[in-house]
Amino acid sequence: MEKGQFPGAEAVKVNGWFKANRFLLLRRVSQVSLLALFLAGPWLGYWIVKGNMASSLTLDVLPLTDPLVFLQAILTGNPPVQAGIIGAAVVFIFYFLVGGRVYCSWVCPINIITDTANWLRRKLKLKGGTTFSRQSRYWLLLAILILALLTGNIVWELVNPVSMVYRGLIFGMGMAWGIVIAIFLLDLLVAHNAWCGHLCPVGAFYSLIGKFSVLRISAVNRQACDDCLDCFAVCPESRVIKPALKGADQKIGPVILSGQCNNCARCIDVCAKDVFSFSTRFSNQLPESKESSNQREVMS
Amino acid sequence: MPSSQDNKPTNRSRRRFLADTLRSAVGVGLVSMTLGVYQRQAIALPSTAIRPPGAGDEEQFQGACIRCGLCVRDCPFDTLKLAELGDAVALGTPYFTARDVPCEMCDDIPCIKACPTSALDHDLTDIDKSRMGLAVVVDQEACIAFKGLRCEVCFNVCPIRSKAISLNYQHNERSGKHALFIPVVHSDACTGCGKCEKACILDEAAIKVFPIALAKGVLGQHYRLGWEQKKQAGESLVSPDVPHEYNLPEGMRYDHAGEGLIQEQATAPENLAPPFSDNPLDTLNRKGGL
Repeated sequence: MEKGQFPGAEAVKVNGWFKANRFLLLRRVSQVSLLALFLAGPWLGYWIVKGNMASSLTLDVLPLTDPLVFLQAILTGNPPVQAGIIGAAVVFIFYFLVGGRVYCSWVCPINIITDTANWLRRKLKLKGGTTFSRQSRYWLLLAILILALLTGNIVWELVNPVSMVYRGLIFGMGMAWGIVIAIFLLDLLVAHNAWCGHLCPVGAFYSLIGKFSVLRISAVNRQACDDCLDCFAVCPESRVIKPALKGADQKIGPVILSGQCNNCARCIDVCAKDVFSFSTRFSNQLPESKESSNQREVMS
Repeated sequence: MPSSQDNKPTNRSRRRFLADTLRSAVGVGLVSMTLGVYQRQAIALPSTAIRPPGAGDEEQFQGACIRCGLCVRDCPFDTLKLAELGDAVALGTPYFTARDVPCEMCDDIPCIKACPTSALDHDLTDIDKSRMGLAVVVDQEACIAFKGLRCEVCFNVCPIRSKAISLNYQHNERSGKHALFIPVVHSDACTGCGKCEKACILDEAAIKVFPIALAKGVLGQHYRLGWEQKKQAGESLVSPDVPHEYNLPEGMRYDHAGEGLIQEQATAPENLAPPFSDNPLDTLNRKGGL
């Protein structure tokens, strides 16, 4: 990255604007069209999907249930019913295959808000703000599960902005717009990536699935990296890149295995050298000979 | 010393780790406390909010309901809605307001079928057995039936007609010759559908549906009602069962619930000896009570 250049500018120059934003565009299409599916019923009368992200019924056949809210309901001591069990299992298996936090970057409506806040933060060159531990979300996840167990009530759903906004868009917002604005300002002014990267227990839950999930991003072409740092600048969980991208010497494979990686693929977009691509957790072998020979070539 | 130099960053990062952890723990602890307190308030259901059929008590319902709105979607009459942020009902949970749109009591209960959790009781298949709430004639001053006017709208719209609301005929003391048609709700039949509240002709309904916990009184377990015990046992448990005796002049009987004062002899009254002696002393010296 040349000094003062916006992250991704080099990729736009090399690959063209469309290719340098392809996964960002795909994610927006995914987020908006999922929401449109839910809204087609109440707005247009096409009942393809009923319900909301907590639980839904597609084409009157396929039940889908958010495994986190399902888990909380079980912890309150209420027995699950068949539709709920099937729905939660289907969703769990889906995210196990495509990456836990794919929910965050490809589905969750809050992601559009926080991405916008982060983009504006970079544009306005806002630095600093409060810092606090990214582990807070796991504490919060633990807390909401304990609260469900102790109170017998799904306490988190009284305040959960993720489900609140989705439900609000489909069933009526009430004062939930205030929450949207609050999260936008929190991410813009209070702390970088405050909500999705530090606090959200829903994302924390999905990151636990992501720890074992199949589809991963790999710095497969890492010997081509020219240290421009664009990927670090756009990555919402930038720590997860380093071991995969720079770990060749420590014999660390090129696949990003952290569950916190949300497979948003923005790193693939902004890399002018095409270092990253989608892969699976099983292709994490060290292509030792090839890589070291490439490094020798680069050095020479 | 190389060792002390090595230690410095370790100490600093350890201190930072501890500080971060402590901050997170304290922050999350405070948030949890607040949520716990908020939760206590959220289970207080407002008196006008009625839950869908098959919902248990409020604590159980909120523990099971995942706020997906599938019951709302399958309600053919748009009765149910989900609570929005700022409503007095717990966020995202389904409810209806009887005065706006009451429950039409569908035979197939689609809302329960749609529920992917145990929030609505899937064993409930007879809508007449649902207990969404209980109707209460809350204002006897405003209800025009108590003024002696004919209305009976609540009685007539009730889907479980004459069982959930019956009419109790009472004497109209004001006119002296008319009856009051007083609506009386029976909790053993009322489902709480709210049609009576919706139909009440007053500007503000005099009959209202409340959540059961608000509307229903409970008699102490130790109460034993004599007449029911007697019916159960087939005989009086206080022996012997003596019929009440009136102290009447000879030849007279009194039938409490029927004819009133009865003369036992079939002879015409003018042939009978008068019940009282001509001599007042006889009456004073009579045996027995007055």
